[in-house]
Amino acid sequence: MVELETALLAVAAAFVAFAVVALYRVYVGPTTHDRVIAVNVAGTNTVIAIALVAAAFQESTFLDIALVYALLNFLLSIAFSKFSVERGGVL
Amino acid sequence: MTPTEWGIVALAAAGAFFGGVAAVGLVRFPDVYTRSHAASKSDTLGAVLAVAAAAFALQSGLSTAKSVFLLLFMFVTNPTAAHAVARAARDQGIEAWTVDEGDDR
Repeated sequence: MVELETALLAVAAAFVAFAVVALYRVYVGPTTHDRVIAVNVAGTNTVIAIALVAAAFQESTFLDIALVYALLNFLLSIAFSKFSVERGGVL
Repeated sequence: MTPTEWGIVALAAAGAFFGGVAAVGLVRFPDVYTRSHAASKSDTLGAVLAVAAAAFALQSGLSTAKSVFLLLFMFVTNPTAAHAVARAARDQGIEAWTVDEGDDR
């Protein structure tokens, strides 16, 4: 019988593996937009992994780190899409 | 394990499945727009399922509130970011992929 902690940590490890798969697209991606989308996916998977580790160890402070990481991840995409286009406004 | 714990494990496993779908789509799809489609929708669903599993697994009320806030935040910002990047790609004149003769993908 599996423990709940072990299952949550296994799912977190799976998300880390998917983030590594996304780094392949960061390496080969023909345009910069491909790379930014792949970095965004890797960051999202990192946030999920931090949340699952927080749930496995019952650590409330890890969730604050996950929230700040999600904010930075969003800011990366918005800043890139805003400043890569000449006319400025994207959203 | 109790039935609640089985439910948590089922939610987390479904989240891992959709995260894997997003990773496969990100590697296999042919251009920016299709990749952004895979990344935004599948990965958002996987994130929501996995963070919901974390919210149910956390014991204290403050932790659950924090993870529900994280879930709602990712549910809003992830598609917004993908939309912004795809629109920037469109404004820079990146062509969408189309089927042409002799391409058997």
